[in-house]
Amino acid sequence: MSDHNSASEQVHEHISSLGSCIAVWLALLTGTTLTVTFAFIDLGPFNIVVALGIATIKAILVVLFYMHVKYTHEKLTGLVVVSAIFWLFILLALSMADYTTRLWR
Amino acid sequence: MDTSRAVVDKPAHDSPALLHHFATEGQQKNAASLGMWVFLAQEVMFFGGMFCAYLVYRYKYFADFGSGSLQLDIRLGTTNTVVLICSSLTVVLAIRAVQLGKRRALVFWLVATILLGLAFLGIKADEYAEKFEKHHVPGPSFSYHELIPGQGKLPAAERQYANPHHAEMFFSLYFLMTGMHALHMIVGVGLFGFLAYMAWRGKYTPKYYTPIENAGLYWHFVDIVWIYLFGLLYLIDRHR
Repeated sequence: MSDHNSASEQVHEHISSLGSCIAVWLALLTGTTLTVTFAFIDLGPFNIVVALGIATIKAILVVLFYMHVKYTHEKLTGLVVVSAIFWLFILLALSMADYTTRLWR
Repeated sequence: MDTSRAVVDKPAHDSPALLHHFATEGQQKNAASLGMWVFLAQEVMFFGGMFCAYLVYRYKYFADFGSGSLQLDIRLGTTNTVVLICSSLTVVLAIRAVQLGKRRALVFWLVATILLGLAFLGIKADEYAEKFEKHHVPGPSFSYHELIPGQGKLPAAERQYANPHHAEMFFSLYFLMTGMHALHMIVGVGLFGFLAYMAWRGKYTPKYYTPIENAGLYWHFVDIVWIYLFGLLYLIDRHR
């Protein structure tokens, strides 16, 4: 009975190494430099793709490493994160599917 | 025998942080963390509505939004992005410090986060002041006479100017989105001020630091919102 609460439910916290914290920070700074540099180069319709692509890579880095989602053993956390992104996708995709196809007006 | 029974009945209640309706500290921590993530999912919806409005109007008033975007100061915007990324690093270092039981380092990194947050807000205030001076704040005094991006290369007679009403919509969304973001920053700075005070008093230990972790999640979320705001408000149409 005493074993029930000891080892099985003990939470093993992940402590990020100093190196990985700095590495992610440098990656985020590099992403910022790249996105500002590319903003001044004419890539035609791909400017917005590159800008949002780099922003998304930066966001993923923050969520996975700084918000510790990569290290969590809690499946519910992952479910909430994926649901939030999925519902945001529904909001944006269906709204834009409407507004970008009103060509008859 | 009696003493061992007491230990069995209340296995983890030796911790003052454990509330009576949780069985273990691990369970309590997971519940708090899940609650924070659900709150952040709600925040995604909150900002998502504004991002959606932005996308609809950017699509509708494409060139005018480009013109409005070019009025923003990209150097200040980039500086603020760097400031926020650095503040995310200091938050991570604060969590690392509390996990390792380093109280002084924890307070140091929390205060560093507050200072970076205030630096961000100061730069933002400077940008807002410039908008007021140029009458680019939506409302009765709004005035706008700027070229559509790329028109500067044409002969003067052929140049097209942005529709002021459409540009006003850009600035409405600019102030709405950055204003809501700044409000979140102000809340975050207050939150970290409280945490720094409690950390200084030694409330947080490697066994109990849930408030620091959850405030960190909030701060990182606000950072992510800015990463997208920076791309959508400052960087569009810079190449024209």
